[in-house]
Amino acid sequence: MKTKTPLKTRVKISNISLLIAGTMLVVMYLAGASVYDRFGQVSTVLNLFNDNAYLIVVAVGMTFVLLTGGIDISVASTLAFTGVFSAFLLEKGLPAVVVIPLVLVIGTLVGYAQGYAIHTFQIAPFLVTLAGQFLMRGMCAVISTVSIPINDPFFKAAALGKFSWKLSTGGTAKLYYYVFVALAVLLIAWYVLRFTRFGRAVYAVGSSEQSAQYMGLNVKRVKIGVYAINGFCAALGGVLFSFYTLAGYSLQNMGLELDAISSAVIGGTLLTGGVGTVIGSMVGVLIQGIIQTIVTYQNLNTWWTKVTVAAILCFFILIQRVIAIRAERKKA
Amino acid sequence: MEQDSLLVMEHIHKRFPGVVALNDVQFRLRAGEIHALLGENGAGKSTLIKVLTGVEHLDGGTVTMEGTPISVKSPLEAQRQGISTVYQEVNLCPHLSVAENIYAGREPIKFCKIDWRTINQKSKELLKQFDLDIDVTAKLDNYSVAVQQMIAIARAVDVQAKILILDEPTSSLSTAEVEKLFQIMSMLKDRGLGIVFVTHFLDQVYAVTDRITVLRNGEYVGTYNTAELPKVELIGKMIGKEYEALESTPPAAAQDSEAEEFLRLEHAGTGSISDVSFSLKRGEVSGFSGLLGSGRSEIARLLFGADRHTSGKVCIEGKECSLKDPLEAIRHGIAFCSENRKTEGIIGDLTIRENIIIALQAKRGLGRVIGYSEAQQIADRFIEELAIKTPSADQQIKNLSGGNQQKVLLARWLATDPDLLILDEPTRGIDIGAKAEIQKVVMRLAQEGMSCVFISSEMEEMLRCCSRMYVLRDKEIVDELTGEAINEHHIMQIIAGEGETVNEEV
Repeated sequence: MKTKTPLKTRVKISNISLLIAGTMLVVMYLAGASVYDRFGQVSTVLNLFNDNAYLIVVAVGMTFVLLTGGIDISVASTLAFTGVFSAFLLEKGLPAVVVIPLVLVIGTLVGYAQGYAIHTFQIAPFLVTLAGQFLMRGMCAVISTVSIPINDPFFKAAALGKFSWKLSTGGTAKLYYYVFVALAVLLIAWYVLRFTRFGRAVYAVGSSEQSAQYMGLNVKRVKIGVYAINGFCAALGGVLFSFYTLAGYSLQNMGLELDAISSAVIGGTLLTGGVGTVIGSMVGVLIQGIIQTIVTYQNLNTWWTKVTVAAILCFFILIQRVIAIRAERKKA
Repeated sequence: MEQDSLLVMEHIHKRFPGVVALNDVQFRLRAGEIHALLGENGAGKSTLIKVLTGVEHLDGGTVTMEGTPISVKSPLEAQRQGISTVYQEVNLCPHLSVAENIYAGREPIKFCKIDWRTINQKSKELLKQFDLDIDVTAKLDNYSVAVQQMIAIARAVDVQAKILILDEPTSSLSTAEVEKLFQIMSMLKDRGLGIVFVTHFLDQVYAVTDRITVLRNGEYVGTYNTAELPKVELIGKMIGKEYEALESTPPAAAQDSEAEEFLRLEHAGTGSISDVSFSLKRGEVSGFSGLLGSGRSEIARLLFGADRHTSGKVCIEGKECSLKDPLEAIRHGIAFCSENRKTEGIIGDLTIRENIIIALQAKRGLGRVIGYSEAQQIADRFIEELAIKTPSADQQIKNLSGGNQQKVLLARWLATDPDLLILDEPTRGIDIGAKAEIQKVVMRLAQEGMSCVFISSEMEEMLRCCSRMYVLRDKEIVDELTGEAINEHHIMQIIAGEGETVNEEV
């Protein structure tokens, strides 16, 4: 029987985007290293992780949601709420071993509730999570409008605990322990998406929800599950962020959800769902981090970071479209 | 109750807004048989299947499987009960790999993780049974619809089901692929599966099925042994009296060659077609015959200004004009019923009335809004004239059956009182009754002086309707036939590229 052979140069949107993003990351690093003396040191790389660990966690959670074709703009508020509420409870004298699990559960439940509303009542994810965003940000202010410092010994230990070693070129390289939390989340997420039925169902739902349903996949569990996971990641990001700042403040991280989304997109995730990887999202976070670093070295206004990210985002969206269009043409 | 029934559905009721889709329908499936489920569009086949597979919930009735009553609330549950389905439109995930599409939801797990090697290997073996030797790790959307359909079938077969439902699985398959599918169906039948086979092709029904259940207008007509039911009788059962209507449609009358010319294309080209010339006369139905991809639809789009011609010229009533967009074409009295009813035709959420007047409104321009009463009048007139089955013109068009949707689209264009009506596959996937009615309307209008372009994959229909036939091959018009020269054998030869030497009038 005659069958169409597959295209010889098979184009996988995710792979190509990830490849371009990875290349871009390396090129930017090398460019930075060639211009600035200290940029080439290993500490620059480690600091990228130190400074962006919480964002990696949030971006990983966001990737789950985006893969199903959804969106969640409540994560920054959830993150801020986690910080404020943790600080509040710690101030009241609760131990960290109680506070941290509690805020993680709250984050997960907030995500779950949003996912439940989105799936059961068929409401646009944007609207539900917009409400979630206002609610959580509002709850922050209800607890406290001023920054609450964290003096808990566990938090302090977690904030300061690090590997550090002297460099032969002078200076010290540091890698904080909490970075390993972010890397562990990344690894687990990668494993879940690649090697579990739930993970593959996430891709299937994003690829075609109706097909996934007809194939007998549990669409409800997937759709609610990804928002719950995202809520958990946002809360965990909040915990990491409070290690980083040792304070909880209601106006922290306004607009962070968009950083997470843009990281995922730069890393090759399609907003229409079904395509993307968490590794890509991490690369996206690092690219934004490296731009921030260069902007700092160059002594520019930090808004230049946003301008550059905007340009890169445009570039990646265009690339993805071009690849998709070419693939369609080839098929026809 | 029959002892050997694998599945028994009794007193099945299902209502949709304004339509009773299933009314006291029954269906019995034995183990080890291929059972055809037949009926016109809107007869309730798809609804019955959706009820059985848990996509829709039944309003009344019982479903019994192997003697135990079951209630299927979702496709997942249906699968667990051993009911596996291939739907009419491919229902797989385009972004996942071929192998993954076959194993989604039931991936083998080894050491706490999905065993990709086994999945890929087994998928490869499975597809070999279908004579498909493809890269199973490639994404599904790298393959043609036909291959995707075979993959969907492979998945359904591999699920170890007791019941396999095939809803129009052959519409996108080639003859060889259909053969292969039949072999596999026979093999599964021998294994003891009950197979439900829905199709529009009656030849296929006689080729593979053991029994036939016929539905008509949401009601149960009967179940018959295929071998004991002649085709003519079967058609009679499917469409009732309407069959006589189809038979009595007069064949296209030979046209007066002196008829006035309405439109002429001279060496026109755009995109993939480079040089086509022909003329369309008033009162004549011109057929464009050729294989899929031969340029039929491209010509239709060109005539309607949907694709602008980049070379050559178009003359309407002797005057050259640009036909730069569909609006200009509409104003020149051209109407176009496109091939793809769902995506290029109907606007699902609008009512029948709104769907009908939309082209007329475009023609008049927004300065002269068609008022409610006028719109209602127009809609009612066409609902009656074309026998559109609906409780009222206020019904959303998406709730109608395919045949009735097509009639509404026809009404949309007839409302503009066109001089040229282009019909691209106007009868695809609709029932014989509606088919006959549409054909009759077209031919009546042609006699009244309208010019018509008719494109269809069904040769029989083309032969019946067209008084002039343009034959296309590889984006070119290779022959023009009239009168006696229009016969199936001759056209097939020309399409196949064997007919050029045959001496015929041109």
